[in-house]
Amino acid sequence: MSPREIFALRDHLGAELKGRTISDAHDVVSLTDILSHTVLGGRLHELSGRAVLLKLSDQLRSGLAMIELDGIARRMLLCPPDLNPAHLDALIADAGIDAVVTDEPDRWAASGVSLVVTAQLPLQAAAPAKTERGTEWLMLTSGTSGVPKIAGHTLEALTGAIVAEGPSRGPVPVWATFYDIRRYGGLQIFLRAILSGGSLVLSDPHEALADHVARLKARGVSHISGTPSHWRKLLMSGSAAQFAPAYVRLSGEIADQAVLDGLKAAFPNASVGHAYASTEAGVGFAVNDGLEGFPADYLGNRNGVEMKVVDGSLRIRSTRTAHAYIGRDAASLTDDDGFVDSGDIVELRGDRYYFVGRRGGIINIGGLKVHPEEIEAVINRHPDVRMSRAKSRKSPITGGIVVADVILAESTDPARAKEIRDQILELCRAQLASHKVPAVLRFVEALDVTPAGKLARTDA
Amino acid sequence: MSVRSKVIEAIQQIAKEQHVTLPALSDDLSLHETGFDSLAFAILVARLEDETGIDPFTISEDAAFPTTVGDFVRAYENVPA
Repeated sequence: MSPREIFALRDHLGAELKGRTISDAHDVVSLTDILSHTVLGGRLHELSGRAVLLKLSDQLRSGLAMIELDGIARRMLLCPPDLNPAHLDALIADAGIDAVVTDEPDRWAASGVSLVVTAQLPLQAAAPAKTERGTEWLMLTSGTSGVPKIAGHTLEALTGAIVAEGPSRGPVPVWATFYDIRRYGGLQIFLRAILSGGSLVLSDPHEALADHVARLKARGVSHISGTPSHWRKLLMSGSAAQFAPAYVRLSGEIADQAVLDGLKAAFPNASVGHAYASTEAGVGFAVNDGLEGFPADYLGNRNGVEMKVVDGSLRIRSTRTAHAYIGRDAASLTDDDGFVDSGDIVELRGDRYYFVGRRGGIINIGGLKVHPEEIEAVINRHPDVRMSRAKSRKSPITGGIVVADVILAESTDPARAKEIRDQILELCRAQLASHKVPAVLRFVEALDVTPAGKLARTDA
Repeated sequence: MSVRSKVIEAIQQIAKEQHVTLPALSDDLSLHETGFDSLAFAILVARLEDETGIDPFTISEDAAFPTTVGDFVRAYENVPA
């Protein structure tokens, strides 16, 4: 019996498509003849069969190294830029790392890792490599304060949703994402760009938003993804006016009706869709009808993705989920039936499910459970509001009360603040139970967003 | 604005928001008779803390919660600035 044919990223990259590039704020690299070039100084063969830590200070070299390593390394662990260095030793032990690809080789000289390979630009010419094996992709979960968990994926699982959608119609897309491609949401866009025959424009955390948007426009970006927080920041910046993508995608946080409507107004000729995906559960589904939430008939088995709701939380089973948490004391990733519990709480209203918040994000108000996200969704409906965050504050009387920080649209007359506050509270009282109505509403200039693009809730 | 009038104004504002019909606010009116529930009092204390910088009920562990409107106002008046 012959082994099943294994496809690696290199097998999706042919020379037949010209003019493809992957670029950041500093460099543009051609993808057309990428297979006869190396970012690893020609040392790829040394990494064959190894468990490789990919620890680079930029996304461009990371992406190029992923293309080379996939199908050669036994596994590769992608380190996002905000990884706490104090967690590295634990991650190296749990993933059995025996090689590192870095741009800071001096830092690793005295480490216990036996093989250190430097990634460098410009690329050097090299003989094309042949796919040897299916490489395991290891990704870190975000959002926890301790050592992040390592979720193990295959390329087949990571690209399941992309392959299912089939090739994009019309002109070859130029993709961009506000995410870092070493996070699940960003990696999806990187893989889309590779598999779809298109190009990719990377983000840069040190670049001002207006410069970033100018670069997106100059490179002809047609398809772009980010979290609702990324998109709210763009809408607030006033930079959106110069940019006209054909496809706008949201994922990673709850896409409420206000941000969907805001994007539709800012990009009237774009299709606006939100996708549900996580590092563990993989890509669940995309919603393209312009409405928040998702149709109730998405539950059950749909295109090979099975979903059910248990105790209010969405559970997913499909070939796109991670296959395990990696490490000695790793918890089980799925329930007994093979479903991943997402921890995302949904609520059925009419014929649609709505996301109300994270199970881990519940705040306690006088003994009652409250999801800050459902309060924010109501506040965000006010036309003068750009972004908001609800949290709990200690109260000597009820134990806790809801308070909310609100960012108003840039054009709002400060003299209207009191009137707007009353209107927001009126909205909240009409649509929320009384204990969920913010007791105190503060107008603020900015709200913190984490490096993963999500509204910071750590002090909530 | 005096502390007393700040407190009274906040009570009236919250009553309006919570659709509570207040009786005349005399000093010996019991807080129970204001029609405020615990949530309304929690909101009142939080707003007054933001406005005055004082939460007299958290500062002192043994402070008993007042029983009348007059006691409530004095709790704010008696905190050293």
